[in-house]
Amino acid sequence: MYAFLEAFRAAMSSLMANRMRSFLTTLGILIGTGSVIAVVSLVQGFSESIKSQFADVGGSTMTLQAVNNNENFRTGKLNNITFDDVDALRYRVPGVGVVAPIMQVQTAGASYKGRTASPQIIATTTEFQAVRARYPEFGRFIVESDDKGRRRVAVIGAQLRDDLKMAENPVGEYFRIGNEWFKVVGMMEKQGELLGFSQDNYAVIPFDVGRALMGNNNEPFISASFTVQKMEEAEQVRERVKRAIRASRGLKPGQDSDFKVEAADTFIKQFEEITATATAVLGGIVGISLLVGGIGIMNIMLVSVTERTREIGILKALGATRRDILIQFLLEAGLLALLGGIIGIILGYLVGMGIASMIPGFPPAQAPLWVVIAAAGFSALVGVVFGIMPASKAASLDPIEALRFE
Amino acid sequence: MISLTNIVKRYKMGEEEFKALDGVDLSIQRNEYVALIGPSGSGKSTLMNLLGCLDTPSEGRYILNGRDTSTMNDNELAKVRNEEIGFIFQSFHLLPRMSVLHNVMQPLVYRGIPSAQRAKMATQALDKVGLSHRMGHRPNQLSGGQRQRVAVARALVGTPSILLADEPTGNLDSKTSAEIMALFDELHQQGQTVIVVTHEPDIAAHCHRTIRMSDGKIVQDSINPARVKQ
Repeated sequence: MYAFLEAFRAAMSSLMANRMRSFLTTLGILIGTGSVIAVVSLVQGFSESIKSQFADVGGSTMTLQAVNNNENFRTGKLNNITFDDVDALRYRVPGVGVVAPIMQVQTAGASYKGRTASPQIIATTTEFQAVRARYPEFGRFIVESDDKGRRRVAVIGAQLRDDLKMAENPVGEYFRIGNEWFKVVGMMEKQGELLGFSQDNYAVIPFDVGRALMGNNNEPFISASFTVQKMEEAEQVRERVKRAIRASRGLKPGQDSDFKVEAADTFIKQFEEITATATAVLGGIVGISLLVGGIGIMNIMLVSVTERTREIGILKALGATRRDILIQFLLEAGLLALLGGIIGIILGYLVGMGIASMIPGFPPAQAPLWVVIAAAGFSALVGVVFGIMPASKAASLDPIEALRFE
Repeated sequence: MISLTNIVKRYKMGEEEFKALDGVDLSIQRNEYVALIGPSGSGKSTLMNLLGCLDTPSEGRYILNGRDTSTMNDNELAKVRNEEIGFIFQSFHLLPRMSVLHNVMQPLVYRGIPSAQRAKMATQALDKVGLSHRMGHRPNQLSGGQRQRVAVARALVGTPSILLADEPTGNLDSKTSAEIMALFDELHQQGQTVIVVTHEPDIAAHCHRTIRMSDGKIVQDSINPARVKQ
């Protein structure tokens, strides 16, 4: 242990004696780890922010949607989820919790005291709140009687409030969606931005009001969100839902389903796969750059061993064994690479944060601890591996020859 | 303490083999003060390397303190160098990046002695050569004579059996040479075994016994009566 500490001290002092050269030697490692940390911290920040957007919608929430292929779009014969399907989902599948039909209402936008905005209009039922786990900041959400009584009420998002310049607490205000007047009964908690788009620019209205707003000229395009009662039965419930909807849509055996049932975290899973692939590709690139950095270290260490031949001879005359010399030079190479790695990590993180702050709406960069540790550990490993050759050259020097070296 | 029996050391120079040492028999007792002299190429450097366990003989036996070093491997030789031999070189061979104190502490590192104790022992050794006030200096801040005294302190710090000096005054002027030799005399009087390799008769005159080498053989082994009487 003493020997190790001493070797560490000796390695440190010889690195410090040639600061400039040490720095240049480890520049390859520095740039390699720096670039990976910059990119990984951006990707991680991005994926963390997306995950947190979906964090409130757990795996227990699923969505029923119609599926349309290009042929359907070309001919205009679009598949659609019907109200019968929603009823089937609600009443005929054991294990399904609450069901919220969702209709995107196409309108001419919203207006208030001469100001206009273009929110997303969602027509749904009171269950939506339970399914999406969103809660009002002011007032209340849509309730059953709103739907039954076809009341012209709306729950809005914070962005819509700001766009229309309503009061801080907009409850009780009247505004128009299309040509209809709506009373604000609640405002939901702020969700923030995702990819630069506000998640709070919407108005929620009762489902049947939405149907009336659409008029009869259009078949409303709907989907349904629902929860499963027991998280661990999610897969079985999903299969049951598929069977029930196939039956309600009158699909024959062997016919392809024209709808899909997806867990809300499907998107997150896909996203995670993408980031994992991107990280793996980056890892490969970084592996190559660290390899090049390692070769740089090996070169300079070989030069350094030659330069310090006499010093090695002296140490051997004083009683240093091969092992002592080997450890000292291995540590030197490892430390060199580790220091480069650490500086690279810091610089890379700063660069990542800089880039993230320069792109508007981009989430802040995040460097997870495991990436930092892996980057530091890997660069130290590269140093040690590429230090083996120079170190063993140093260790196997003949003391007499080495002492005579000028 | 030192016993060499029929030592042969061969080197290959291209195709030809050449004997640097050709049947050397020698024994040196504790607290002897020996000068090893001879012209260059006489084999005295080779002999010194063998005595210092930097090298092993091609033939013959070298017993140092009852242990046969001729058959030792690298690690065992390193241990012997560390514990039994104190080297002093012509060009001092101090480590330029280290302070005087750390230079003197260095041999103790390989013995696994804790840092605080190393510093204590090194300070004592520097005291012996009168340089404890220069502990924090770098070697290049010292004069040649001071550097060689640091080297002596480094050689002494591990209390070796033999002090092995290779042309210790070769890079010094006559005044500092005299100082260094006076230091050797003093160490000898304190009981240290000293072997000095030199080609200067003045230096050899300090020693009690002179061994002259020529063509890889010992040609003369004489006592210096003037010194022994003292």
